[in-house]
Amino acid sequence: METIQRPHHGNLIRWAKDRPEVLVLSADLTASCEADGFRDAYPERFFSMGMAEQNMMGFAAGLAREGFTPFVHTFAVFICRRPFDQVAMSIAYPNLPVRLIGFLPGITTAGGVTHQAIDDVALMRLLPNMTVLECGDATDVESVLEVAQAVAGPVYVRMLRGEVPRLFDPAEPMALGRSRVLCEGSDLAVLSSGICTEGAMRATQVLRERGFSIAHLHVSTLKPFDDPRVIEAIDGARLGVVTMENHGIVGGLGSAVAELMAEQGLGKRLIRIGLRDTYAHGASRRYLMREYDLDAMALVRAVETLSGERLGLSEAALAEVRLETMRPLEKTEDL
Amino acid sequence: MPQASLQCNEAPARDPVRQVADAIRRRVLEHTLTNNGGYLSQACSSAEILATLYLRVMRLGPSTAPLVPRPFAGVPSATNPRAFTGADYNGPRAPELDRFIFSPVHYALVLYSLLIELGRLGPDALDEFNQDGSTVELIGAEHSPGHEVTAGSLAQAISQAGGIALARRLRGETGRVWVFMSDGEFQEGQTWEAFAALAHHRIGNLGVYVDANAQQCDGPMASVMTVEPLAERLRAFGAEVHEVDGHDPNALAAPAESTAPRERPLVVLARTDPCRGIERLRERAPKLHYVRFKNGQEFNTYQALLADLREGAK
Repeated sequence: METIQRPHHGNLIRWAKDRPEVLVLSADLTASCEADGFRDAYPERFFSMGMAEQNMMGFAAGLAREGFTPFVHTFAVFICRRPFDQVAMSIAYPNLPVRLIGFLPGITTAGGVTHQAIDDVALMRLLPNMTVLECGDATDVESVLEVAQAVAGPVYVRMLRGEVPRLFDPAEPMALGRSRVLCEGSDLAVLSSGICTEGAMRATQVLRERGFSIAHLHVSTLKPFDDPRVIEAIDGARLGVVTMENHGIVGGLGSAVAELMAEQGLGKRLIRIGLRDTYAHGASRRYLMREYDLDAMALVRAVETLSGERLGLSEAALAEVRLETMRPLEKTEDL
Repeated sequence: MPQASLQCNEAPARDPVRQVADAIRRRVLEHTLTNNGGYLSQACSSAEILATLYLRVMRLGPSTAPLVPRPFAGVPSATNPRAFTGADYNGPRAPELDRFIFSPVHYALVLYSLLIELGRLGPDALDEFNQDGSTVELIGAEHSPGHEVTAGSLAQAISQAGGIALARRLRGETGRVWVFMSDGEFQEGQTWEAFAALAHHRIGNLGVYVDANAQQCDGPMASVMTVEPLAERLRAFGAEVHEVDGHDPNALAAPAESTAPRERPLVVLARTDPCRGIERLRERAPKLHYVRFKNGQEFNTYQALLADLREGAK
């Protein structure tokens, strides 16, 4: 399995080339959000809005009302927290085609609590008219712009930057409302999103060798959340369901699955892997995924709970599986 | 610094702007009496500003909207193609025509009254004011007559207008974008973010008329959170600022007369009197934001005042 350096950087330039309606707005994080290539290639379509996110959302709304499709680039925390009222009233209420491209999801940054978006999916999911997408690999990153642009209303994209693994075949792009079925099975349903999918793939491989039949789906559309594949996988899971997300367990994938299960009358046990009503802090991704139980071992423990079996798996055993582990980003981030 | 004139000493109003402004005051007072409540002081302060914008400043086509306001058609969504805005009361969109963005939508009653006086709304449109299922809402939103954006969370309209103006510049359109704001909105940080961006991006096809009535919900702005010296602050942010008597139509219209291309936003800071034309309001100071009559005697006093104003208009 390969990793791709800065897939959004080049993809944005290529994708936007013959789309004059596509503009980029940035709040002083242009290279940090891999939009510097777009800026240099199409300076007349790039607008620096400074560190002023509330105003940036209003400008994006006005441009969208006039037929442009602004792609707002900044860190996810600065899209979802600071200008939440502006996103809700200026963009989401009028159902305007603004694309909010949010970087540094969850614990993917060493920037600490102020830079870690652990509530962004929840905040964007609860806004009427908002579509919520999340990227889990380079193929998702390269295809999400097309998916977002096909939506008539506003879209929030949980984006990845830097070194991104290629988990999925580039010939199979992301599709709105359609999960990727990574394997099928009848003991457990594992629903993972974003960067958690890689760890889930590693754990499910070992668990299958131990005799578990697992349905594993990678979820990239978090709203709307009505994929029949997800319902089918949950319905067929004898022992229960595990969600895995790089986000708080309130309001994100785990909540969406719980709501779906209740509404569909699917009475199963559900374990939500994610940040358990806690903030995080500045440290490496690998360290934080282990500290907050977001890694492959967290899924193994969840399966032990649901099955009542002690599996005796070690972290070393999981590490050996290596689909090809992401190396942590060693370079200092521009924060 | 120009001040709002406090006394109405002029000869009987023959100026069309003054006639419309006085009619707005009568209509809003009548409505406030009928409903025992209304944003009356906003009519007193802003009547000449809004009338000047529509009669002398903005290049608008005739209304393309029905005289009888449309009922609410549901919130905008992917599944609701029937949703609309009230911008068509300000005429069609065209590259050479201006656009009007109404920011302090608590003034909605004043705008509806103006649209009636101008024949853009039918004379009975206020019958639907604040009625269930109506678009003639208490605090306007984008579906309300004369409104184009949803601006009730104050200070959001200036940024949206900036985006619209930028888009129009990108398309090479000559029409301008006019924003009506209240001075209270200059307490919000977003307003200053917006002016910084307008100056930085040299957005000169946008003009702002500010009703500087020095009043807000809690009382006089000077007691709540002062924004003065507003003209100097705006100039420091790169705007072209004209400070005028907000009840003088000629002074209000003059700064907008030149249509030569600008490279920075235009601000007309209109100093106004929140009791202008209804002197009796002064005894309610400092709470002028929303007028509700305290007793039958006060109600009768204002009813008699309305009769006098009507008589004077004949």
